[in-house]
Amino acid sequence: MFIRHETIEKNAFLLLILTLLVISIGGIVEVIPLFTIETTVEHVTGVRPYTPLESGGRDIYVREGCYVCHSQMIRALRDEVERYGHYSIAAESMYDHPFQWGSKRIGPDLARVGGKYSNDWHYAHLINAQSMVPESLMPHYAFLAGTPLDTDDLLNRLTAQRRVGVPYTDDQIANAMADLRTQADPAADNAALLKRYPKAVQVGHGNTVTELDALVAYLQVLGTMVDFADPANENLHQ
Amino acid sequence: MSDTLALPRYNDAIIKKFVIATIFWGVVAFLVGVVIASQLAWPEMNLGLSFTNFGRLRPVHTSAAIFAFGGSALFGTSFYIVQRTCRVRLFGGEAIANFIFWGYQFFIVMAALSYVMGFSQGQEYAEPEWHLDLWLTVVWVTYAVVFIGTVLKREEPHIYVANWFFMAFILTIAVLHLGNNIAMPVSLFTAKSYNIASGVQNAMIQWWYGHNAVGFFLTAGFLGMMYYFIPKASGRPVYSYRISIVHFWSLVFMYIWAGPHHLHWTALPDWTQTLGMAFSIMLWMPSWGGMINGIMTLSGAWDKLRTDPGLRFSVTAVGFYGMATFEGPVMSIRDVNALSHYTDWGIGHVHSGALGWVAFITFGAMYYLVPVLWKREDLYSRKLASWHFWISTLGIVLYITSMWVAGIMQGLMWRAYDQFGFLQYSFAESVNAVHPYYVIRLLGGVLFLTGMLIMVYNLIMTVWSPSTDKRVTMPAGVALAGE
Repeated sequence: MFIRHETIEKNAFLLLILTLLVISIGGIVEVIPLFTIETTVEHVTGVRPYTPLESGGRDIYVREGCYVCHSQMIRALRDEVERYGHYSIAAESMYDHPFQWGSKRIGPDLARVGGKYSNDWHYAHLINAQSMVPESLMPHYAFLAGTPLDTDDLLNRLTAQRRVGVPYTDDQIANAMADLRTQADPAADNAALLKRYPKAVQVGHGNTVTELDALVAYLQVLGTMVDFADPANENLHQ
Repeated sequence: MSDTLALPRYNDAIIKKFVIATIFWGVVAFLVGVVIASQLAWPEMNLGLSFTNFGRLRPVHTSAAIFAFGGSALFGTSFYIVQRTCRVRLFGGEAIANFIFWGYQFFIVMAALSYVMGFSQGQEYAEPEWHLDLWLTVVWVTYAVVFIGTVLKREEPHIYVANWFFMAFILTIAVLHLGNNIAMPVSLFTAKSYNIASGVQNAMIQWWYGHNAVGFFLTAGFLGMMYYFIPKASGRPVYSYRISIVHFWSLVFMYIWAGPHHLHWTALPDWTQTLGMAFSIMLWMPSWGGMINGIMTLSGAWDKLRTDPGLRFSVTAVGFYGMATFEGPVMSIRDVNALSHYTDWGIGHVHSGALGWVAFITFGAMYYLVPVLWKREDLYSRKLASWHFWISTLGIVLYITSMWVAGIMQGLMWRAYDQFGFLQYSFAESVNAVHPYYVIRLLGGVLFLTGMLIMVYNLIMTVWSPSTDKRVTMPAGVALAGE
């Protein structure tokens, strides 16, 4: 019954197999149930895939490493809820590939930054953060204003997200380019856009769509999708 | 004569390459660390350029420290140790060993370039995009084959304890790397992909990966170093064989559960958080078992701490390991974490591990290896090595104390209420308050980098200076006899 340890340390394969077994248990117990337990992600209304422009903005958010200084996860603690708004729920990031909850707040949490400031504030702040918040440590992102948003592989990007489970409809994919242009032009008629993507915020100045426009569109939708005043969303237990 | 055709007993050429790479990447990692620390003290240092921004340079710093510096040290020392403890030459021949070296260096350079050019998966410590992940998989599998192949053809009946840790490290890193990087590329020719998992599941998988990058890359692998170089440099056997066994199995079993402590109070279900917390606290015991086993190995040879600066680094490293692995379980308690998470306390904790444990045990190994590999009598200067030790130690102390103060201050300011029941401080006020500590942290980093540059000079002189040449200072014949 009892194996002498000598047996293990004289047999490399036995040692490897036992090690593999021992390191597998924790991961299996902690990860697999999150996919199978139905209450892990709450059933709420309002969470939708990002618009083509927001998705492009999110790609820039990821690319620039915004997550190294900003969290997108309001913890269920009194002071955080008072400072940032309703605590974050799992459903709000269910279409986030990858998640951007972050681990460090060199700047404030952004989970509910959407709608908190005007578009103009965001533009000014991203171009020169210290002009809006003198204490800020944030780098300047003026170069995003001078870079047109690359839309060549827009469809590929949305399709790739659909493949990993973001429920973009055929209608949304087919109208991706039109929706992107509409959202980046405040003068454009946005009825069709809002039908496909409720609460999408129009940004930009009506000329070339820049990376900065996309980033602002993304920031303006953060945390606004779920209406916590809606009685249908009251039951948020996990 | 018989020595004309026979290869040397061990492949030391590959180890020399990794030693040089370790030292080179150490300088790079610490230098980038100093740059980004200055950006946090004075944001003008971001220069307003896309590729010099903190957001892009921070992954360069973490990858350079963990994967380039730490990784090269692990490859080099593991190849050195596995050959000596198995008494055989490295499995697979020169070409494969060189492929591992250059393949890994290529991965590092490409990863660093890709971050500054704006390619990132957006997951901490797993930033390289999918094509680089695939390349790393090829290199890593080759590494596993060479290492395990060497163990299999050993001439010693027992597999030495250091090699258990190295094998667990190689195996687990492969599992973590594959598990965390399953992603859908946008197209075959685009360096952009979307992780297969999203939201809460993605978060759990990421920190299962992230914490065990700490547990297996930065701990298990470096414990392999501890189990070889401390007994070797002190001339004493490992303190307790029994502790080694308990240490090994409990450490590898428990570490893998600890990930959820990075996600306390978040949208991760409570049961997962509780499991993560419970195992993180339990992890204290195997960690300290290992620390005791390492430090007590010096029983009867404590005097060598005065004379052998390399050993002093190794033993101090184990001390820092003990400190960081006590602090970690404390921070993993949910109510402590409510204060410490998202603050600079976490940064301080990471660096007491990264500078105090990982870098110091590596320095100890480098001071041991360079004279041995280049066949020198001794280090060029033990005095300079002592200067390195004290300057670096002072740097670490400044770093971690300033981050403790900054972190706890941030945590307290964020949750402070005034007499009317409103939040007392704006976020910006907390940013302002920590500025002096960011400057002190930068000073700590500069000292650590200075110590590193002293080591570079000392090791270069060890190799170049005629005064350290064994062949000059020893009678002919003796120099070639011993290893």
